[in-house]
Parts: sequence; C-alpha cells; structure tokens
Amino acid sequence: MAEITDVRINGRGGQGAVTASRLLAEAAILEGQYVHAFPNFGPERAGAPVTSYARISPEPFYEKTEVYEPHIVVVIDPTLLDDVPVVEGLRDGGTIVVNYDGEKDSLVKYFEGVHANIYKVAGSIIATEEIGRNVPNLVMLGALIKVTKLVEIESLKKVTLNRFKGVLGEKNVVAINRAFEEVE
Amino acid sequence: MSGVRQVVGMTGDEAVAHAAKLVNPDVVAAYPITPQTIIAERYSDFVNNGEVDTSFISVESEHSAMSACVGASLTGARVFTATASAGLALMYEILYVASGMRCPIVLAVANRAFSAPINIHGECTDQLVCRDASWVSLFGESAQEAYDETILSFKIAEHPDVMLPAMFGIEGFIVTHALERVETLSKQQVDDFIPASRIVRDRFCPDENKTFGSLVLQDYYMEIKRQQEEAMQNAYKVTEDAMQEFSELSGRKMEITEKYQLEDADYAFVSYGATAGNAKAVVDRLRAKGEKVGALKIRLFRPFPSMDMFQALSGIKAATILDRSATFGSPGTIVQTDIASALYGKENVPSLHGYINGLGGRVLTLPEIEEVYEMSKEYNNIGINSTTDWVGYRK
Repeated sequence: MAEITDVRINGRGGQGAVTASRLLAEAAILEGQYVHAFPNFGPERAGAPVTSYARISPEPFYEKTEVYEPHIVVVIDPTLLDDVPVVEGLRDGGTIVVNYDGEKDSLVKYFEGVHANIYKVAGSIIATEEIGRNVPNLVMLGALIKVTKLVEIESLKKVTLNRFKGVLGEKNVVAINRAFEEVE
Repeated sequence: MSGVRQVVGMTGDEAVAHAAKLVNPDVVAAYPITPQTIIAERYSDFVNNGEVDTSFISVESEHSAMSACVGASLTGARVFTATASAGLALMYEILYVASGMRCPIVLAVANRAFSAPINIHGECTDQLVCRDASWVSLFGESAQEAYDETILSFKIAEHPDVMLPAMFGIEGFIVTHALERVETLSKQQVDDFIPASRIVRDRFCPDENKTFGSLVLQDYYMEIKRQQEEAMQNAYKVTEDAMQEFSELSGRKMEITEKYQLEDADYAFVSYGATAGNAKAVVDRLRAKGEKVGALKIRLFRPFPSMDMFQALSGIKAATILDRSATFGSPGTIVQTDIASALYGKENVPSLHGYINGLGGRVLTLPEIEEVYEMSKEYNNIGINSTTDWVGYRK
C-alpha cells in the first residue's frame, strides 16, 4: 500500500487556505508525486473558519475520501487556537505547524496532552513585512516543508512564481524562504 | 504517440474544460450550476481568449442550454455542454429530444445530490435516473478519467453506428474540485483521434428544404425508437473499440469495466465513480489481512455491460455493490437491479448485496466499507442471496 501523508490546513475565509493546499499539491506533482487536494466546501465567508486538505504520496493511491485523521495540521490563523479544535483527528505522533508570534512555550500549553511535534513560525509578521499584507498562507507552507520535507522548497517556489506573476510571486518566495529559516 | 507525457495538476472540472478545448467543439451552450460551473467558466475563458473557435451561447436555463445544443447539433455542429443535479433534471425533457433526433451532443455531469433538502455535494442519482433517455452514459473516478472521457465521448457519440448523445459524470467536489495529476494529450493526438468535423449525413441547411422533428404517430414512432435501441446496442462495440484506440494513443489502459485483483477472488466490490477508488483501497487493506477480494469498476453504465458483469463476477461468492445514489421503494439499488437482471438465471453467479451510501456528499470511510464487506459475507454465509441496505447514516 502507498505511503500516504494527509495534510489539513486550518484557516479563515480569505486567508488562502485553498490556494495553499493547491500549491502544496502542485509542488508535489512537479516532483512526480501523487496527490488529491481539495477544499471543504460549505457556506464559507470571509473570516469564518475553513479547512482544506492535501493527500500526498510518492506512489499512486486510490482513496477518495475526505481527511479525518491528518498526519499534519497547519494553522494559518492563530486566533483559531481559541475557536476551533485544530488538533481534532491529528494522528498520534503527528505534526502541527502554527502561525504564532509568541514564545514557543506559551504555544505548547495549547496542546497539553497532545502527542505531536509542535512547530511555530511568526507567519503574520513575516507576511506583513515581506508581502505587505497579512496573508500568511504560503509563508506557512515554507515552515511546513522545512519540518516535514513533504516537498522540496525549490518546487514550492516554482509553483508560487507560476501562480503569482511578477513582484507578488517574488515577495511570496522571499517570505517562504524566511519562514523556512525561522520555523522552530 | 508523442514522446514525453506532460503531467499537469488539475481539478476534475478543469480537466474537462481543458480536454474540451482540445476537441474545440463548434458550439457550447451552458448555464452555471455548482459544482459544474468551473467547466463553463474555464471554457468561456478559452473562447474569450481566442484559444478555440467555439461559439459560446449563454442561455437562461438548462432547458434552454440543451435546446440550443439540439438546434446547433442539427446543423451538423459538434456540440458540448455541462450541468449537474437540478440542471440535469431541468434538461430531462430535452434529453429525449436530443437522442430522438440523433444529436451526438456531449454532456459533462458534475454529479450532485437533488434537492430537497438543498445540497451541493456529490451523489450520482442525477445521472443514473437518465438511464432510459437513450444517452450513452459513462462515469469517471478521477480528474484523469474526466479528461479522458471528455475526448472519448465525442468519438462514441459521433460514430455513424451510434449517433446518440453521450453524458459522462464525475462526482461533485471530491472529483470536480479536487486537484490531481493529469497526463495531458497534445492537440495533434486529439486531432488524430477525432475527425476535424462531424460526419453528417443530414442536416439543417439554409439552401435545402427539409423538416426535422416532425409529428410521428402510431405509424412510425415505434420504428424510430427501435432504431435508437439498435444504435445503443452498437454503442457497446463502438465504446470498446474507441477505448482500445484511446489506450494506445494515451498509454493508459481504458476498458468498459476495470477489474482489480479479481483473478483469484472469492468476494468482489462493484462500484463506479470515485467510490471505485475507495473500493480498491479497501481491497488492498483486506488483501493485507488475507481476504481473497477484488473490485469491479463500471465505467460504461449505458449501454449496460451485462456480459462483462457476468464474466467478471462468475465464480465470485458474494458481490458488495456500493451505489452512491438514492432510490425509494425499489427492489434494489439502481445499479444492483441492473446487475441482478444481467445475472438472472445464470449458473455460478454471486449473491448480490447492494448498499445505498454517500448521499449528499456523505463519506463512506474505508473502515465503514470494510464493515459493509463483512455484512455481505455474513449474508452469504447464512444463505441470503439478495439484500439491499442503507449504510453510513444515523439510525
């Protein structure tokens, strides 16, 4: 059976969670991997909690179900920590990457009793400083791929520049690099 | 076959639009409805950007969309449209006009549950209930199959031995809006596969006096319907040949039914669409536990591949039919009743256990499919040879 990695991205409407899962999957395809990436469609609106998913494997796989037990959770918006059970279904020993600008110790207290690898990066600060807007979706992917090695950073940069032409793409690449370096 | 295969990330809807672009139909008439909308949107971009020669007709409803398709098709044009759920239901009257007037229109269906209650998610009832409309009907499991069936459908529909419309379905969101890798074809490959324009024996033309769609009563109506049945019977062989040719062209094996781990199997899943992927994943899990189980996927639903069903299921003890469609007060699930008819009276055939599941986007998880498999085995062990259950809902 194929080794599959299930990723869930928790964000808020308008933050680009759907674009993030799509670009992560496109980067994986670029490397010859197999994917099934999709948003959870419902009555979304700006600011409401949303989720998107990417199922990735180096080998072909068949399942077409939603993701209930992710190996990896990415939290794009830190305010979700108080509103949404972001670790719901997270596999034992899984990985969670949070956009968080406080100390790591204060983040860890959110996840008491959760057996997972916890990482944080100041995604909103990086996005605001490097892109000029607090849209940290691709920034968080930079952090994600540093700690999980799901795809190479070069693949992510390539699909980012392909999706966002010109200065916006270049700024996102700078931000991705910074998150890749600063994730802890 | 050209050298390097190009691999692109596309959603199911995008795959349909891109494949249709290679076919470059003369006319597209469509009305937006979730989860189909992206097909029509992308295609209208291609028209706007001058990437295709298509006349795009924006209409005010799906009834008008299919009516415009019929009118265009009667002039000899190659015609494409797309819809879902309520949109397909609104087309229903004109589906029969399209097939009765032998218009080889191609229709992409983003399979979606019917209202009420209103729901935008995946379920295949919308397409299955068109089974008697004299349309060739296919289902796809993935964005790749959506891409391939778009091109294939024109080949089947326009074949002189068929000349019937064709629809193919992919499930809402889990295929239509999910990104997967798609191996694309070149324009040249598609041009080699499908003639540049339709072979037209008879058509509406300003300088000829002809009547189409005239009144036909007791005198000839039944003969015309019988011709449609013969065309539908022909569609089986035409589909088989077209799939063979497409397999050679694309390097991807395409068959009317796909058999997975069936050679030595005692038990089998039968399904179609995205569910067929889940069935194969469960076969892998059960095989790892030592179960002798396989999976049969139906790609061609009309004409129904009765003989394929018999050959594939011969020698199987029990078949678990996963049917993502709703029917009420029926002797079985929609696909189960077809399979039962195909196997009736034959020796060495399995007990048939149909399961209505996955309505309105509900997911039947892989562990739940394993439970259903155990149910079928249990029914078979105690000698019950036909059952129909609803699964995956709150009791």
